[in-house]
Amino acid sequence: MEVSSLAIFFVSARSHGGQVITIDSLNKQYHTPRGTYHALRDVTLQVEKGDIFGIIGLSGAGKSTLIRCLNRLEEPDSGSIVIDGREITGLATHELREARKKIGMIFQHFNLLDSRTVQGNVAFPLELAGWPRKEIAQRVAEILDLVGLSDKAGSYPAQLSGGQKQRVGIARALANHPEVLLSDEATSALDPQTTRSILELLADINRKLGLTIVLITHEMSVIRQICGKVAVLDRGEIVESGPVDAVFSAPSSATMRLFLEHSTLLQGSGAGI
Amino acid sequence: MNEDLIPMLLTGFGETLYMVVLSTVAAVLLGLPLGVLVVISSTGHVMESPRLNRVLGVVINITRSFPFIIMIVLLLPLSRFLVGTTLGATAAAVPLSIAAAPFLARIIENSLKEVDRGKVEAALAMGATPLQIVRKVLIPEALSSLVLGLTLAVITITGFTATAGAIGAGGLGSLAIRYGYMRYREDVMFATVLILVVFVQGVQWSGDKLARRINRNQHRLG
Ligand SMILES: Nc1ncnc2c1ncn2[C@@H]1O[C@H](COP(=O)(O)OP(=O)(O)OP(=O)(O)O)[C@@H](O)[C@H]1O
Ligand SMILES: [Mg+2]
Repeated sequence: MEVSSLAIFFVSARSHGGQVITIDSLNKQYHTPRGTYHALRDVTLQVEKGDIFGIIGLSGAGKSTLIRCLNRLEEPDSGSIVIDGREITGLATHELREARKKIGMIFQHFNLLDSRTVQGNVAFPLELAGWPRKEIAQRVAEILDLVGLSDKAGSYPAQLSGGQKQRVGIARALANHPEVLLSDEATSALDPQTTRSILELLADINRKLGLTIVLITHEMSVIRQICGKVAVLDRGEIVESGPVDAVFSAPSSATMRLFLEHSTLLQGSGAGI
Repeated sequence: MNEDLIPMLLTGFGETLYMVVLSTVAAVLLGLPLGVLVVISSTGHVMESPRLNRVLGVVINITRSFPFIIMIVLLLPLSRFLVGTTLGATAAAVPLSIAAAPFLARIIENSLKEVDRGKVEAALAMGATPLQIVRKVLIPEALSSLVLGLTLAVITITGFTATAGAIGAGGLGSLAIRYGYMRYREDVMFATVLILVVFVQGVQWSGDKLARRINRNQHRLG
């Protein structure tokens, strides 16, 4: 499918649900012995229900900081985050823990538990959420089937390939029926072919479950392949955002132009996806 | 070789074994929470508390710097209070476990610190409480390293029991000193050392084997 038609398909198919994530004037500073670093400056964003929203930026732009603020693995200094009608930024510790059970997250380095089998890893969030044992087994089987890993249920992470590990990560993130899925460079440790199959899986899940996905990446090809909307982050600021096709055809920021130039170059040489 | 030697050695070994087991169990009960608290109270961890972390660090360092023989003397009143006497294997378990606990705490701290922060973070992102992270992430993920640490602690405690034997704890150490050293019974001296060597080897061998077994599935071979 061509880039623009793919993007239009996603935007048109998914803009009926209203906002599921609203970020308003988010600021985050890091204080180091060498001074203060402003990692996020007045970040304001809306993500619609059922969308796959990409955030792209160069290394150090603040992408990880931003996505980690969404479930408060990182504490923002000011601003507000509302997910599914709940103000995340105003929650007390125990409320935050409950809210996190409905926000799935996947990681660049998978972060699976090596002491647990695939099955055990997927069961983990369900144990935390207090599911009865029998229902856990049922749900784990169901979700492993969805990510295509039923035959690996008894394997340990060390016995899996990178792509399979990320499938386990995705299964784990989806197990407890999250409202949103956060993805922090989930394909950056994978080869292009595996990346493609993981992105296909995410798109598939988005379609089947109507799950909202926020993903950060420094790769244009990732945005191109599955995102409906994109925001460009540059030194802690959103410099541009909108539907992928619009941003791609008429980039307004220097960063985006740089990304586009670079990715066309790659495509020209045959290295792009 | 005297025929009284065998039962004497058996009793001695029994006492040593009893002291080692009792002290190890008590040292784990004291040292595990201590080691866990040091880790989770460190900067950026799930129960960050620089004050608590510093206090625990100081307590551990102070208790670790006492020579064991001094520790025994200092803790005589505590032994008397808890056990009713300052003599015998049970009484000796009091200073033994208190001396071993901070040592064990450091070993446990080092093992738990090795657990990848990413795993802890993933658990936090799933809404885990600090206690759940300790029980379901830190300890299981560090288990083989913890087993090796515990093996080291058992061996160290075995060494301590010999010192305790010098001042009335019983066990093989006391035999070696009373007969081997004071009465020039070289056979007793030799036999006690031999038993201790075999025991320590056995403990190390079992610990290694258990740790390997736990590790078997968790790391790619080769
Ligand atoms: N804990 C921290 N303490 C101090 N500075 C930090 C901390 N975490 C991040 N930073 C700084 O904040 C900025 C943004 O970091 P962040 O990890 O969000 O970037 P990123 O866009 O995810 O980059 P990458 O693509 O390399 O992962 C960087 O300059 C980084 O050095
Ligand atoms: Mg990052």
